[in-house]
Amino acid sequence: MNPDVSSSARSIATAVASGTISAAAVVTDALATIDAHDDEINAFVALTRDEALDAARRVDQQVADGENPGPLAGVPVALKDNLCTRGIATTCASKILEGWKPPYDATVVQRLAAAGAIVVGKANMDEFAMGSSCENSAFGPTRNPRDPSRVPGGSSGGSAAAVAAGFSPLALGSDTGGSIRQPAALCGVVGVKPTYGAVSRYGLIAFASSLDQIGPFANDVADAALLLEVIAGHDRFDSTSIPQGAPEISVHLDDGVDGLRVGVVTDLLGDGIATDVAGRVRAAADALSAAGATVGEVAIPELSYALSAYYLIAPAEASSNLARFDGVRFGLRVDAPTTAEMMVATRTAGFGPEVKRRIMLGTYALSAGYFDAYYGKALKVRTLIAEAFARVYGDYDVLLTPTSPTTAFELGATTDPLSMYLNDVCTIPSNLAGDPAMSVPFGVGDDGLPVGVQVLAPALGEVQMFRVAAALEQAAVPKVAS
Amino acid sequence: MTERITRDDVAHVARLANLALDDDELTTMTDQLAAVLDHAADVEALDLDGVEPTTHPLSLRNVWRDDVVGDTLDRDEVLAAAPAVDRDRFEVPAILGGEP
Repeated sequence: MNPDVSSSARSIATAVASGTISAAAVVTDALATIDAHDDEINAFVALTRDEALDAARRVDQQVADGENPGPLAGVPVALKDNLCTRGIATTCASKILEGWKPPYDATVVQRLAAAGAIVVGKANMDEFAMGSSCENSAFGPTRNPRDPSRVPGGSSGGSAAAVAAGFSPLALGSDTGGSIRQPAALCGVVGVKPTYGAVSRYGLIAFASSLDQIGPFANDVADAALLLEVIAGHDRFDSTSIPQGAPEISVHLDDGVDGLRVGVVTDLLGDGIATDVAGRVRAAADALSAAGATVGEVAIPELSYALSAYYLIAPAEASSNLARFDGVRFGLRVDAPTTAEMMVATRTAGFGPEVKRRIMLGTYALSAGYFDAYYGKALKVRTLIAEAFARVYGDYDVLLTPTSPTTAFELGATTDPLSMYLNDVCTIPSNLAGDPAMSVPFGVGDDGLPVGVQVLAPALGEVQMFRVAAALEQAAVPKVAS
Repeated sequence: MTERITRDDVAHVARLANLALDDDELTTMTDQLAAVLDHAADVEALDLDGVEPTTHPLSLRNVWRDDVVGDTLDRDEVLAAAPAVDRDRFEVPAILGGEP
């Protein structure tokens, strides 16, 4: 039987575990598909060919020995290149980390391995996860598999593109202000930002520590649920990890939405949102209503301050986190007579323009005389937004918005930083609140490109969020009778 | 439009951030930071007296563990990733010298 990487993670894992196909054959096929098509897409910055084939043979040995190979046996996975892999270069798509080989694996990498999943490569991204188009990479931009003249979104653009192109059925990304959900929407795949603290950040190279969260990409909702169940759950190596086990999501995917209360956020359907995208959100609301949910409209005026608050808080945290890249312990060093000069020379040569911009913005927002006006105020806005969500979740179980204001835009089309930041307007509020949110493909826009609908839920509300996502998926893609 | 941030401010911030900007970069950076700060004027204008700041989405408490020795990173592996090493330490250029 020929392996087919484009089939679901669930069907691959079942076939590998039953011995119908070998993990080695699945991985070989995935690598061949990548070799044939990634020159055009540039989803990967590096492939882990040898390690992947070794891991696949270990899975096959487990099957041969009658052991349980795990829920993701033999499933190829793409890893965003800000997730540490022991002995395998991890660059954040930055010159400053070129060639750096971490001395440890991220917790999510360890959990993938324990579940039998096979990492096939490190995925391209905006440098240090700063960007919404995957164009800010030292390795060149990634292209959108649905239309290679368009961006895949960012910052986890390589991860989204790998899944959309059929290179791997699963990928991991990180989401600080929408960096999983927006590329998922633009590439027409499912992307999930879990509740803050649900997935360990140990081994995720930090951008903005109070906002960063690792999450899954998949071609369908059930695969995304399975991957989240594998990576979630308490980890003593992350002090912000929520002390409870992974949520049980898969068993609830067929529960339906009967009686669930869905709020359509009207603030994110008007100005700045493309008409065709807003139309798909309304169609999604109608579909949920038809499936038995109670649908209403809700205004959350506080959300209008989210973008400004985010672009003060995230750069402030980044300016602190990225101080560690100074040419002393890892990565690039540009020689100079003194340590102080060496640090300036290294950082100036190693960081790209967007990273420098965010470091500058954050350093300014934290500097004497401006701290209260900018950063201090932004932290209070964060409270307003969290309180607004808490108020709304008294009346609704989930909320519905667009994921991105538009479909995928042309490469090179957005050059002004502030215009690029506006891409994150729908996704940022969930990061500020620490709540889960996910993007589900729901049809196409006027240009024929995918539109993602975003489902938001209160903290630890993953089950209701996934139930709604599953219902949307069913409405968007009517099941073919088998 | 009032002057949101001056060229001198930007040069000062670059020094704080250990970044060197040339003249063109200073000009561009000043304009771009001003645009973002202008957008943030909506937040700056809010009256938020009495609102508590949120520094973190979880109401975290300190996390304790028993004081027992566990596995740590391999020193040779960590040092192998450094740009310069002297025996079992990170090596850097002169710390004193240069500007007084």
